[in-house]
Amino acid sequence: MGYLLNTESQQREMLAALGLSSLNELHRDLPESLILRGGPDIPGGAGEQAILESFEEMAAKNTVYPVIFRGAGAYKHYIPAIVPEMVNKERFKTGYTPYQAEVSQGTLQSIFEFQTMICELTGMDISNASMYDAASAAAEAVAMCKDKKRKSALVSQSVNPRVIDTIKTYSWASDAAVDLVPTTGGLTDMDALAQKITDDTASVTIQQPNFFGLFEDVRAIAELVHGRGAKLIVSVNPIAASVLSAPGECGADIVVGEGQPLGIPLSFGGPYVGFIAAKADLSRRIPGRIAGETTDAQGRRAFVLTLQAREQHIRRETASSNICSNQALMAMTASVYMACLGPGGMQEAAKQSYSKAHYLSEQLGKIPGFGLRYDAEFFHEFVTECPVDAAKLMLHLGRNGILGGLPLEGGGVLWCATEMNSRKDMDRLVSLCREVSA
Amino acid sequence: MKLLFEKSIQGRSGKYLSECDVPMLDLPSGLERETPPGLPELAETDVSRHYSALESRTFGINDGFYPLGSCTMKYNPKINEKVSSLPGFTGLHPLQPVDSVQGMLEALYLADTYLAQITGMDKMTLQPAAGAHGEFAGLLLFKKYHEERGDTARTKVIVPDSAHGTNPATASMCGMSVVKLPSGGDGCIDMEKLRAVVGPDTAGIMLTNPNTLGIFESNILEITKIVHEAGGLCYYDGANLNAIAGVMRPGDMGFDCIHLNLHKTFSTPHGGGGPGSGAVGCKDFLIKYLPGPQINKAGETYRFEASPQSFGNLLAFYGNALTVLRALAFIMAYGKDGLPRMSQHAVLNANYLKHRLSERFRIFNRGLCMHEFVISMEREAKEHGVAAIDMAKSFLDNGMMAPTMYFPLIVKEALMVEPTETEGKETLDNVADIYIRLYDEAMANPEAAKLFPRNTVIGRPDEVEAARNPRVRYK
Repeated sequence: MGYLLNTESQQREMLAALGLSSLNELHRDLPESLILRGGPDIPGGAGEQAILESFEEMAAKNTVYPVIFRGAGAYKHYIPAIVPEMVNKERFKTGYTPYQAEVSQGTLQSIFEFQTMICELTGMDISNASMYDAASAAAEAVAMCKDKKRKSALVSQSVNPRVIDTIKTYSWASDAAVDLVPTTGGLTDMDALAQKITDDTASVTIQQPNFFGLFEDVRAIAELVHGRGAKLIVSVNPIAASVLSAPGECGADIVVGEGQPLGIPLSFGGPYVGFIAAKADLSRRIPGRIAGETTDAQGRRAFVLTLQAREQHIRRETASSNICSNQALMAMTASVYMACLGPGGMQEAAKQSYSKAHYLSEQLGKIPGFGLRYDAEFFHEFVTECPVDAAKLMLHLGRNGILGGLPLEGGGVLWCATEMNSRKDMDRLVSLCREVSA
Repeated sequence: MKLLFEKSIQGRSGKYLSECDVPMLDLPSGLERETPPGLPELAETDVSRHYSALESRTFGINDGFYPLGSCTMKYNPKINEKVSSLPGFTGLHPLQPVDSVQGMLEALYLADTYLAQITGMDKMTLQPAAGAHGEFAGLLLFKKYHEERGDTARTKVIVPDSAHGTNPATASMCGMSVVKLPSGGDGCIDMEKLRAVVGPDTAGIMLTNPNTLGIFESNILEITKIVHEAGGLCYYDGANLNAIAGVMRPGDMGFDCIHLNLHKTFSTPHGGGGPGSGAVGCKDFLIKYLPGPQINKAGETYRFEASPQSFGNLLAFYGNALTVLRALAFIMAYGKDGLPRMSQHAVLNANYLKHRLSERFRIFNRGLCMHEFVISMEREAKEHGVAAIDMAKSFLDNGMMAPTMYFPLIVKEALMVEPTETEGKETLDNVADIYIRLYDEAMANPEAAKLFPRNTVIGRPDEVEAARNPRVRYK
């Protein structure tokens, strides 16, 4: 039954050693009235073959679109075949959090390497071992910036709305105020930002490239934010970060982001991996696990979980966060991806995505009514107007095996292109759009 | 062992992407980085060998006995990996139209329904990504509930001193203060002390049952009644559900809300620290406050429904969906009759090992324990200089993971042992023999015990140096 090992005769021997005569007696100290007779109301157990069939049936009811032009926080990039091979190694998969360093050097070193890669991408001094996703990472970053003097947060409306939602939830939890900074032309409105920052503003959060795919002027925003004594949090796309000036060089105090584009399948939204990296002065406030390098008594290189005085199992109610389990195996996935592609491959993926998105926007722009909504420069996502009912358009594309861009609330469509989108597919998309709008 | 960065050779790379079939463009001036990020330059051979070497320096459940107390490190069935990696699930964009993800919603809905049945709750959310995230969701349900009733003075959360550190940390994240409840001499809730601390400021209680000592709080109905009568709510920390899954339901004990660690009781692999899943269940009156969109069924169709009173979102999307699929496959394998059997075997194994070890070790739990028990090395540490850590490190030399050390905090020099149901008697006998032999060796030569482990790739690392001069990235 299931995955149990003890045979009937072993059970008898064990029970006898305990002076018991049946398995039921093991729970004899529990209140009799609460015992669930006959087990929970779920189906009976199934064999592996039947389980596989059930899941294959359910999987078959889903549509996996061969061609995807939708991003909005989840991106389809090429995943080298070696990536899942490496992370599916049984020890990586089944090991626990590396508390026992002597038998966990593999996991610890991989975390240390992940932290280094994230620091390289972001231009920051310290990264943790991972967060749940970009949204929770951003929310924790906002919490990190709060202190006795400054408690409230500003978030640009050009940040992914799902990230904004999560920041709002976390802030409501700790009774901290969040206000949104409006956009102009799809970009953070600098005048509005200047007006909204007060002496109580602890942090300002922006996204680069932002939710509409546009490049924010991070340097100018950093100057404004720092001039008013607040901290700047920048949420980045790691593929874009390989070609853009590092946010650290542009003045960010904390950088967060979604690691999903780094070798993680779309997976209906999870598991993904968030990252959070900060300047050295915030290193004791960063949440979650951190691997550090040290030595053993013989002087051998050793890695351990360190700076644990920040964490819940030591600090309990005064910890910087309650985070315990993170997304370790997904962080390793991102590491393997980055190790394979290297700086050149990452930049190639970024530049192809950039070039293809621009080709697509140009071709779409030739159809009347599909013009770009915003003038600002964009990376691999862009918003066009949509002269027809977007739902109808998406249905038509879907019938042709294409997941189209994301229809936005208030009109318009957010499109995305990556190296996965061939010119042929883009031309086909354009002609399908033309058919619908004709 | 060298780092990836130290193996990097300038100019080396793999070839993964196709040639670009549209004109390559340069980024707008002023935005592009001057130098590429300092990532390693490697061939695929290098990467493959590197991770194989790292794997050989890692200890998995496949390697041997893994008795981490409160972590429930049971065997991770391979079928769970297979079903969760079907392309029909992994290839789904989270923002696809709902009619294109009916099979995924069906699976998540089934998991929701089964977990609710197993725990005695009315509805689950699968959004929380880990246990601590689930705790956060649970306490936010409490916060929202009190807030909606205008009962805003309820800002205190009662947490026993035997609790996991995440409990008090979670209360703080929710803007609540912690009332620490000292355990009675038997390791259980002291009822008089509980009665004394509840009041009009009580938001609720967070409880693990069985508790972290492996003891079932037999006064549980009285405990939840006292909290409810004071106007507070009761939160069940599901970290130790493995002791009672299928046998007893937290919902029937009077709990209003629970979180589950699907990576514990429901066998999803821990991945060296995650991803887990912290599914949260609640009773009817709290459903409208649950985070994220809820998955409901109308006729034969599954859909997302957003409750206007939801307290919000805790993640960008719907949680670690592929992890939930693994847990669902696990539940299907055991089913109605099998789940109670699973818990019985977990308790049987713990009691058998405890029985075998009690001939040498001092064990906190008298009588029957639940799925885990706690050894105290206090006397050995004081009188002979053999500390819990010395014993723990000696186990590492013998092809097995150490138990959880120095937790729960209320037992001095604690070693918390949880064998789980996926061990056989012969393994437990072997483990008991080794534990006893190592105990005798350590007691005979306490100085030598300080040098354990000797056979691992490193000896005890200098943690003080690591924290004093943090080196947290390669330079």
